[in-house]
Amino acid sequence: MTPDGALDLLRGPATPSGNRRLRLGFMPLVDCAPLVVARDLGFAAAEGLELDLVRETSWANVRDRLVLGHFDAAHLLAPMTLAGRLGLGHLKSPLLAPCVLNQGGSSVALTTALWNEGGDWGGFDDPRAAGVTLARVVAERAARGAEPLTFAVVHPFSIHDQQLRYWIAAAGVDPDRDLRIVVVPPPYMVDAMVSGAVDGICVGAPWPSLAVEAGVGHILLTGATIWPGAADKVLGVRETFVEREPEVFAALLRTIDRAAVWCEAIENADELAALLGRPEIVGVDAAIVARTTHRVIVPEKGGAPRPMPGVLRFHGPGAAGPINRPRLADGLWIAAQMLRWHQIHDAEAVFAAARVAFSPALWDAALGRPEISAEVDVVTPFDGRRFDARDPAAWLAGLDRQ
Amino acid sequence: MVDTTLTILVIDDNPVRSAILEEGLREAGHVNVVRLDTTHELLRRIWQIDPDVVLIDLADPSRDVLEQMFQVSRMVKRPIAMFVDQSDTSMIEAAVDAGVSAYIVDGLKKERVKPILDMTVSRFNAFDRLSRQLDEARSELAERKLIERAKGILMKSRGIAEEEAYGMLRKTAMNEKKKLSEIAQSVVTAAQLLG
Repeated sequence: MTPDGALDLLRGPATPSGNRRLRLGFMPLVDCAPLVVARDLGFAAAEGLELDLVRETSWANVRDRLVLGHFDAAHLLAPMTLAGRLGLGHLKSPLLAPCVLNQGGSSVALTTALWNEGGDWGGFDDPRAAGVTLARVVAERAARGAEPLTFAVVHPFSIHDQQLRYWIAAAGVDPDRDLRIVVVPPPYMVDAMVSGAVDGICVGAPWPSLAVEAGVGHILLTGATIWPGAADKVLGVRETFVEREPEVFAALLRTIDRAAVWCEAIENADELAALLGRPEIVGVDAAIVARTTHRVIVPEKGGAPRPMPGVLRFHGPGAAGPINRPRLADGLWIAAQMLRWHQIHDAEAVFAAARVAFSPALWDAALGRPEISAEVDVVTPFDGRRFDARDPAAWLAGLDRQ
Repeated sequence: MVDTTLTILVIDDNPVRSAILEEGLREAGHVNVVRLDTTHELLRRIWQIDPDVVLIDLADPSRDVLEQMFQVSRMVKRPIAMFVDQSDTSMIEAAVDAGVSAYIVDGLKKERVKPILDMTVSRFNAFDRLSRQLDEARSELAERKLIERAKGILMKSRGIAEEEAYGMLRKTAMNEKKKLSEIAQSVVTAAQLLG
């Protein structure tokens, strides 16, 4: 049976209310919020949809079940759409990222041992100063023949991996040669820090805050500072879903857009934290989740909360237009990172995949094309190495010349 | 002809299920079957075992760990791909439906892997069926006990015979369109509340 055949069989019947039932996969992270809110607060029903949300245990499962048609759409790591289109490490499937679910959800946290080993990390959320300390620790360890540092991310095709590598490389450290980057499933991150299996993590909320609360880690940096305004999780769909049911798909985009407005509103932060904290969603104390929904970070246990306006944006205007609107710049930037770290070698193929997967056309058709000048189609990471989407290859060539 | 030279690694935190699978694979002539029921030091163990086929429970979050490992060629001795043949989605469907995923050394022929995957899928499905039957049997037993208790309460409080007590429960269940066990549960709860 083809995935499309399976899709027909699995296509949910109309619900008693006459609503079209869609099945969506998600991972237990705060940024699944728009899907949960869409289901539970009536935004889906208002568009004639009923959302059946399925919690998964790995990003690999989310991707496979999306590709096989078990899910109509899914909460997905942005780079996974490109890996899917190219068939990297698994089935090749024409995935699209027609909607960005959030920006700035991840943070880098260090174990207390590494925090103490580095001494002065330049205060909270200063990637340049923290990079100087990182480079010193890495050099000191190499000089005395100690084990290299180990950092954990959630999946090789994640922006967590890309943000972490960006920061490490900007400090003059080679993330493949000078230290180790391993994958640890989010629920095991705190344990891995306790056991000393990892020295640092880069993961989405609420897991860094959990490490702080458990007294085993310090939050050092936010992803929102490493790359302001980059796409984090996306709504992943197959091209066939969009082609076969364009109206249902458009209704889903509108539903998620309305739900995201609600998630973004700071007056809903406590209610959102309570919705997400439930055992069947994220399954973490709502008080910890509430830090992120209020956009504050508590970098160390018992420390003062710091307001972080760029942390976990769900909706609204950004530097380059509505934050949920996919941008070619997002896709091409992610593609450039995949090339930079040798996850793929065919630049033409991955840039082509990015142009299709992150095309704003579907979003514009469903929600209206905003007024945006082409000038802003750039990504400017913390070190100012500006990426212009009109010539992604030039940015990579610039790195080589360093 | 069964291919007995392949090394098969089974990663499953459910020891009963993985034992059932191993037994099936051994019966089919596969002598090199290794089971890992813990994710501790997963990467080092896989490096040592150097498997041709990795079968992993879909509920195991360590799938994402394997994905990285198979991405980075220096972490494994030989390149590993997910499944054998991209065009054979029915095999993948059946595996995902059964709750298992497979990773296979690149270049391994489909004919060598298919019997292994078929065996895995059928054993996972059989295990699922057994667990469901066991759950059903358990809940049936619990329901029967509950009804017995409710009958006893009615017999004592109303001074009626067993048959009459059972009749009352059944009639109420029919009138309220509820399950007999639900009515029995409310009788037991009420009796507890009223002391």
